[in-house]
Amino acid sequence: MSETPTLAVEDLRTWFFTKLGVAKAVDGVSFTVRRGQVLALVGESGCGKTVTGFSIMGLVDPPGRIVGGRILFRGDDLVSLPDERMRQLRGARIAMIFQDPMMTLNPVLSIETQMVEAVLAHAGAKRSEARRRACQALSMVGIPCPEERLQAYPHQFSGGMRQRVAIAIALLHRPDLIIADEPTTALDVTIQSQILFEAQRLCRELGTGLIWITHDLSVVAGLAEEVCVMYAGRIVEQGRVDEVLDRPRHPYTRGLLGSVPSRNVRGQPLTQIPGMTPSLLSLPEGCAFRLRCPRADDRCLEPPELIVGVDGHAVRCFHPHAGDAGT
Amino acid sequence: MRVSGEVATAPAVVASEGESPFRQLVADFCESRLAVMGLVIFMAVAAVAILAPLVSPQNPYDLRQLNVLDGKQPPGSRAMAGFRYWLGSDDQGRDILSGIFYGLRISLGVGVLSALIALGIGILAGLTAAYFGGLPDSLIMRVVDIQLSFPAILIALILLAVLGQGVDKIIVALVTVQWAYYTRTVRGAALVERHKEYIEAAHCLALGRWRILFRHLLPNCFPPVIVVVTVQVAHAIALEATLSFLGIGLPITAPSLGLLIANGFQYLLSGTYWISFFPGIALLIAIVAINLVGDQLRDILNPRLQK
Amino acid sequence: MTVFLIRRLLQSLLVLFVMSLIVFAGVYAIGNPVDILISPEADQAERERAIRALGLDLPLHQQYLVFLRKAVTGNLGESFVYNESALGLILKRMPATLELALAAMAFAVVLGIPLGIWAGLFPDAPSSRTIMAGSILGFSLPTFWVGLMLIMIFAVMLGWLPSIGRGQTGTVLGITSSFFTVDGLRHLVLPAFNLALFRIALIIRLTRAGVRETLLQDFVKYARAKGLRERRVIFVHVLKNILIPVVTVLGLELGGVIAFAVVTETIFAWPGMGKLLVDSFNHLDRPVIVAYLLLMVSMFIAINFLVDVLYSVLDPRVRLVTRAT
Repeated sequence: MSETPTLAVEDLRTWFFTKLGVAKAVDGVSFTVRRGQVLALVGESGCGKTVTGFSIMGLVDPPGRIVGGRILFRGDDLVSLPDERMRQLRGARIAMIFQDPMMTLNPVLSIETQMVEAVLAHAGAKRSEARRRACQALSMVGIPCPEERLQAYPHQFSGGMRQRVAIAIALLHRPDLIIADEPTTALDVTIQSQILFEAQRLCRELGTGLIWITHDLSVVAGLAEEVCVMYAGRIVEQGRVDEVLDRPRHPYTRGLLGSVPSRNVRGQPLTQIPGMTPSLLSLPEGCAFRLRCPRADDRCLEPPELIVGVDGHAVRCFHPHAGDAGT
Repeated sequence: MRVSGEVATAPAVVASEGESPFRQLVADFCESRLAVMGLVIFMAVAAVAILAPLVSPQNPYDLRQLNVLDGKQPPGSRAMAGFRYWLGSDDQGRDILSGIFYGLRISLGVGVLSALIALGIGILAGLTAAYFGGLPDSLIMRVVDIQLSFPAILIALILLAVLGQGVDKIIVALVTVQWAYYTRTVRGAALVERHKEYIEAAHCLALGRWRILFRHLLPNCFPPVIVVVTVQVAHAIALEATLSFLGIGLPITAPSLGLLIANGFQYLLSGTYWISFFPGIALLIAIVAINLVGDQLRDILNPRLQK
Repeated sequence: MTVFLIRRLLQSLLVLFVMSLIVFAGVYAIGNPVDILISPEADQAERERAIRALGLDLPLHQQYLVFLRKAVTGNLGESFVYNESALGLILKRMPATLELALAAMAFAVVLGIPLGIWAGLFPDAPSSRTIMAGSILGFSLPTFWVGLMLIMIFAVMLGWLPSIGRGQTGTVLGITSSFFTVDGLRHLVLPAFNLALFRIALIIRLTRAGVRETLLQDFVKYARAKGLRERRVIFVHVLKNILIPVVTVLGLELGGVIAFAVVTETIFAWPGMGKLLVDSFNHLDRPVIVAYLLLMVSMFIAINFLVDVLYSVLDPRVRLVTRAT
């Protein structure tokens, strides 16, 4: 690793101070993303992966705030950056793609307005120039007849097209890092694979770092190089994708993999992880996964640390699995 | 699509562990000191109105107790009969304070009564529209929409022009002005509840239709309805006062606060302000108190703000 | 969109028809038309002549047709008090009322929207709490009482502004109005503000609620994620979303303002339609009452229709979806 990583998150803590208590949505998360690398952030809803993304962008709304840790973007700590500097980075050097493009594009403004304003916010160009760049971005993501499409409104597009528009907007300023928060969850499977392919291609060609947030493990395999599995605000397993998916060590990761339909034997009942995700306001003592884990014992009443093993494969567990993937 | 400023859907009242929704509601309500103050004030006003004959120094409508020589006395002066005119007297020697107490009775009485009747009609119409759907629904909602597109005062004027004056006619006018709001709110809430699982469960148990409607569906529609009731009562009181002030409202035999204010209007420019001023303040206090309560209720029951 | 508009137009005409039936029924069937339309001072012979002239001896449905025919041609009877055409009387007074209504709406927009936006952006600031408390007052205070207080404070005690009547009018481009003279404006301020107060409170609350709700939406967060300046996020993204419902409410309120002018005009002795109406109630000048009600109803229906058109123009979702169907 000779060059500075594009992003280095160190011990990030983002807590929400509500009337009912403190919800530690992100509690000590660390990872790095290098130039052109794709990192997957995996976990069930409510595990803190989206809040991690927002924390990096500086978009955490009250009652939440970043209470500790550093977010080093090309060497600068984003946490201590003044607001105006952060605004200049957002959309230009770090971009974000949200989950549901219907809700993220303003329904009463045209696509043109929303793309042109994104250009003009960071480049002092003229409107005509901005319009041209918008057209260019749309063709880059494979939308035909971009000049006509610009006049349209979001509700006139299909879900897949809208997401492509969002990707186009993200790419307008050739950012160094893109955070994609479940971008394909709301789309059907065929569109999903197209978009995944496009994303990969663009990362290779432009050298953009990509953080892909998802709850769907099947997406991760063909796309990412590194994966972090999150549970209740913490990373429980981390490492190269082929390592983690072939030799999962944390019981939760095993459970997630085991419940993927393609991995199960036909005709047998699907394996499930028993119990439900705990509420962040009332986490169990010690290891958060303790109450659902088949391997838990009294040792697990202490919170486990993240232990890095060979090849950077890290796990946060007192009883990790040894080697091979079981069924 | 028409937009009103009111809540039209049933909320999910979030209860913290172990507490009943009602307790939670009370707890949320008490977070606003203004609202609690409003509630206390309103209860005081209501108490005064109900107990008017007992707490008034004078019965202003008993001609034997009046003395014209006591007319237009400023606040604080003594009457010839010995008691104090705390808020002054009008041109006939009537004690303003007593007038206010009796007037509150009528104003509040008419307002609350018309609201309750309108509520009853609204519940029936709204539930019918939501539950049976189809033609009854379209018909009822058409009428509601059309009526709601006209301002209340215009409808009241039309009715009073046609029916003439009198306490019962005012109540009819007020009821007509209000029932549409209740119907729309109840229907909105009922439509949301109707598709929820507990209603399906009740169906499966083969409970009678009416029973389902009234014992299961209705109680869950209450939260938005309560908000609308408070707002509407305040509006009804204000509307009645306005009509009485204009001389089109209640007859002189049922002197509400509006009429008192109208009486004093002519003296306003000459400095005898108290004849209009104090009844006005009383009206104000009653209405503002109700609105404070309604406001807080609306804020805590609005599902779209619970994030 | 044309289909939508034609449907709304037909609906409006239907409502107009129904309302005319109601008014007709009220006057001719429930009330005693003889009392209502013929001056009580007429003697027996005059009454019989009038009965025949007005067609009151005809069967009811024929009377309705006569009524309709006369209404369409603008003949809604003669005022008892003024001996002029009732409709003509009202129309003469209409400009004054419209002036008042327009001034009130201007107040509502200029004061209500900015205050509402402020209260929505900074809900916990003391200034916002004051604005909201003020709006509760503006909302609950009965208009007539506020009028009395305004007169008492500004005219009697402080002597800054005149208390009653309409000021001098000036004529610009053929339109005569109080807007064009300083004296006219001075007389306009208090009654217009009185009339506007309720609407200002309404707009403040509506705008504030709209801002608060819109700020929670994903597209606001996304706009920030694109790196847009906060100013643009608020004034373009948020504002356009809340303007649509606010504008429609304003449009609907225009009718309410004209109707409520009845109260304000009475207090401030403003020579408009409303004062005429109240006087007519007191003098039992029924033809004028009937004419006023019919006129107001028609105006209302027209305003509602126009608001629907305006809404479909403003909201691209409505406009474009209906075009596709």
